[in-house]
Amino acid sequence: MLEFRFHGRGGQGSVTSAELLAITAVSDDKFAQAFPSFGPERRGAPVQAFARISDDRIRMRSKVYEPNVVLVLDYSLISIVDVTQGLVPDGLLVISSGLPVEKVRQDTGWKGRLAVVDGVNIAMKHIKRPINNTVMLGALIKASGCVSFDHMRKAVEDRFGRIAPVNLAAMTEAFDTATISEGA
Amino acid sequence: MAKRKGIESSIALADSAAMCRIEAISAYPITPQTHIVEHLSEWVNDGELEAEFLPVESEHSAISAACGMSAVGARTFTATSSQGLALMHEILFLTASLRLPIVMAVANRALAGPISIWNDHSDIMAERDIGWVQIFAENGQECFDLVPLCFKVAEDKRVHLPMILNFDGFIVSHMIEPIEYWEQAQFDNYLPAYDPQIKLDIRNPSMMGAVGVPEIYYEVKMGQHQVLLDSKVVVKEALEALEKQCGRRYEVVESYRADDADVVMVLLGSLVETCMTAVDNLRAKGLKVGIVRPRLWRPFPTEEFIESLGDIPVLGVCDRSYTFGGAHHPLASEIKSVLYGSGKAPKICEYMIGIGGRDIRVEEFEQMFMQLLEVKENGKDLPIQYVGVRS
Repeated sequence: MLEFRFHGRGGQGSVTSAELLAITAVSDDKFAQAFPSFGPERRGAPVQAFARISDDRIRMRSKVYEPNVVLVLDYSLISIVDVTQGLVPDGLLVISSGLPVEKVRQDTGWKGRLAVVDGVNIAMKHIKRPINNTVMLGALIKASGCVSFDHMRKAVEDRFGRIAPVNLAAMTEAFDTATISEGA
Repeated sequence: MAKRKGIESSIALADSAAMCRIEAISAYPITPQTHIVEHLSEWVNDGELEAEFLPVESEHSAISAACGMSAVGARTFTATSSQGLALMHEILFLTASLRLPIVMAVANRALAGPISIWNDHSDIMAERDIGWVQIFAENGQECFDLVPLCFKVAEDKRVHLPMILNFDGFIVSHMIEPIEYWEQAQFDNYLPAYDPQIKLDIRNPSMMGAVGVPEIYYEVKMGQHQVLLDSKVVVKEALEALEKQCGRRYEVVESYRADDADVVMVLLGSLVETCMTAVDNLRAKGLKVGIVRPRLWRPFPTEEFIESLGDIPVLGVCDRSYTFGGAHHPLASEIKSVLYGSGKAPKICEYMIGIGGRDIRVEEFEQMFMQLLEVKENGKDLPIQYVGVRS
């Protein structure tokens, strides 16, 4: 079973990205879950969402404490939230930043596998708003192969309708441009 | 078999209600509501469901309006949660005594105060004695499967009572998970059109809800109690018919790896799933642990529960709400009273878990099972264990 934790700010789409991941995994004929860290909804405040993907039925309703993958949608969170808390040593950190990999490693202290993508700029280019959830999914799929890109494309089309094309363009660019750095 | 799709449990539950061809929905549409009625309003607005959708100003009004619509013979559905259910309290007794087969989905959540929007069973345990049939779903698939079951039971002429479908707030209601949908034809095969025993009809005037003077009130209540007890047979039949329709077998009391168990856990709702993972982990280490859980809560399936226990010497019972000032919390109280005089006297350890959204992990269930195994060895009595509470 793979466990995921998403860090973002309210309004940025972290919950949606967890949901899209689970929907896609089910389309891939796997078992999956996605759920927010339930609480009052506050735009701009740090929020978390969780997902699980498994070949077998998932019988578990607790939060994710030892994720295999952490996605960070907002780089400014790393100074206020311990985003790598519980992340397993052979896990993957996917983070939105325009900074070089070395600088991201320095800022996060993460020595394991790392994927960096300039999420906000890619989102601004295609979606014209700093909402980078679909962008981050493109980087995640490239770095982990945890779900099929084609099924994710379908999930994004179903969810976003009219604005699906710009989201798909952003997701594709993230897939093409994400920098992946193997861990120490 | 239909392909599973990843979807939020509340949305799937709403789809299932719509596919039951409900004719009337009343709801207080804002918090503490789930996405259920919001999604049903889309079905109606899009013209895909021919139903009266009545948004009202409170849950007291929502259940009152539902009673009115059910009384004229409409298949009626509503949903609520937490404070909303509490606000319905007065009318819930009337719904049952008027024998109106309304189906209500309740996303189980805590009650204020302090203000809490999170999951536990405080809301439904406060409504234990309202006279409705009450059943628990553990996951999104069960939410989908059990809506038609509820209508089939509620509308059966031997029952004609309202029914609550309980499922955990947030950890089920807001979870995206794989759910296999039935085809519309399966719904139509399983659930015939509603044919009310009695309804308000201006062409054939009648009266509902008359005064019960002391010469009659007692007998009415006795009849109501008996019909609720007898509804268990109908629930069992409807579960069997459900298996023929969708291939999934549900029972009024279900066991998980309990046959040769030294100790079992008794609990309600979705934490059963987390507990199952703990059972699997401990079984892999050779420890004989299991689960016995009532799915039907009212009427309580006493005989089936006692039979399911076999000769298991130690039970853990997990409560998810308080009986303030009581000797035992609601589920433990029920289990102990059912066993007293049954000829079985297993040792019972009581646990309080998952209050107000407090997370419960697989490891915590494992620890509870280890404690039960210790009790089996040393025979000591444990005081009620408040799992994870800070002192």
